[in-house]
Amino acid sequence: MKNKIYDSAAAALEGVVFDGMTLMSGGFGLSGNPETLIPALKDTGVKNLTVISNNCGADGFGLWMLLNNGQIRKMISSYVGENKLFEQLYLSGELALELNPQGTLAERIRAGGAGIPAFYTKTGVGTVVAEGKPVEDFEGETYVRETWLRADLAIIKAWKADPEGNLMFRMTARNFNPVMATAGKVTIVEVEEIVEAGELDANAIHTPGIYVDRIILSTINEKRIEKLTTRPRETETA
Amino acid sequence: MAWTRDEMAARAARELQDGFYVNLGIGIPTLVANHIPEGVHVTLQSENGMLGMGPFPYEGEADPDLINAGKQTITKLPTSSFFDSAQSFAMIRGGHIDLTVLGAMEVAQNGDIANWTIPGKMVKGMGGAMDLVAGVKRVIVVMDHANKAGQSKVLKRCALPLTGAACVDMVITDLCVFDLDRPKNGKEGGGLTLLELAPGVTLDEVRAKTEADFQLGTFA
Repeated sequence: MKNKIYDSAAAALEGVVFDGMTLMSGGFGLSGNPETLIPALKDTGVKNLTVISNNCGADGFGLWMLLNNGQIRKMISSYVGENKLFEQLYLSGELALELNPQGTLAERIRAGGAGIPAFYTKTGVGTVVAEGKPVEDFEGETYVRETWLRADLAIIKAWKADPEGNLMFRMTARNFNPVMATAGKVTIVEVEEIVEAGELDANAIHTPGIYVDRIILSTINEKRIEKLTTRPRETETA
Repeated sequence: MAWTRDEMAARAARELQDGFYVNLGIGIPTLVANHIPEGVHVTLQSENGMLGMGPFPYEGEADPDLINAGKQTITKLPTSSFFDSAQSFAMIRGGHIDLTVLGAMEVAQNGDIANWTIPGKMVKGMGGAMDLVAGVKRVIVVMDHANKAGQSKVLKRCALPLTGAACVDMVITDLCVFDLDRPKNGKEGGGLTLLELAPGVTLDEVRAKTEADFQLGTFA
């Protein structure tokens, strides 16, 4: 069987990176980002990327590194706030931006992976999002047509993988990762743990290995918290 | 006395019904979780991929893999479930969420809402707001009645780019509560009806501070 496990992020990226490519990168905010693969991608020097990702990292973290290094030409995202560099590059015209409603973005990616070139949704009807797109009425309601998204390369983050590439994600670090795994011509996953075959319960696999081409062990797991919110412990009463 | 942020959230919480699946937006809507009426059990959805959101973690127990859509650290409950973003928005778009409470910059008497961008200022993005207003069964807006310049945010027509058309069902401001009968299934809606006034707020004050047309409910 073909070995899917690679020794390093650099080795896993070999032969699948080219200028002008479309990249999907998993994560919601700073949670569930491929933290090891992004800097390795930066080191390849690849340019003119179109990047599909819900957000674009944060100061010094995640996709911000590619942005700061001038490697991104266009972003397809749902929310790019709290990112000064993004704002500067966008306003100076150096960076193109296509904003999608978050659910439409997720469904476009799902459609891409599932071989569905277009679908209709109520989201965005009557707003700028629907401008220039075909609309159609179904059972008395108006829907707008949205098209699929696919990528030359998807880089994603999971919790555990077995050698087959079966994946499990951890809590809300799952987010866009499983759908992006399905929509990449090549999908590379980084995981916190590579386990032996048989260790993952086959009933509890989130992403079947068919969607995963290459696996690496994460060497960067900063997992920066954007908004640490806690409550005080109830004080014990005697 | 106009309502405080917490009082507005508490008023919105009275719209919760036992068994509801609810998505709360960022800001005042988040406070609604602190005012859930006794005996009412609701399940909170977070659009980054979770049903059954628990309270904030104790100090020292925050987990970076467990956040809400506002990127705050949270906790899970014994009944929580996690899922991916496509599944999360399938349940939103598919009409499986009973209620959402959102902030807004403008609401119009036809049910239009604007809460995602101001032209000429930096575009941050709509995130999940357009999906929520389009897909959730009942949409409640909680916002100040007027903007910082003192202009009404309850309008005949929205001036800002829309987040959604004809989708708001109720508006709770610091001054009052409006029901909004929006156009639905090809039928014209009945517009805004004033249901309640905040303590000490007069009908004349609401009239003076509201650009939209509204009818009077049976509260008086």
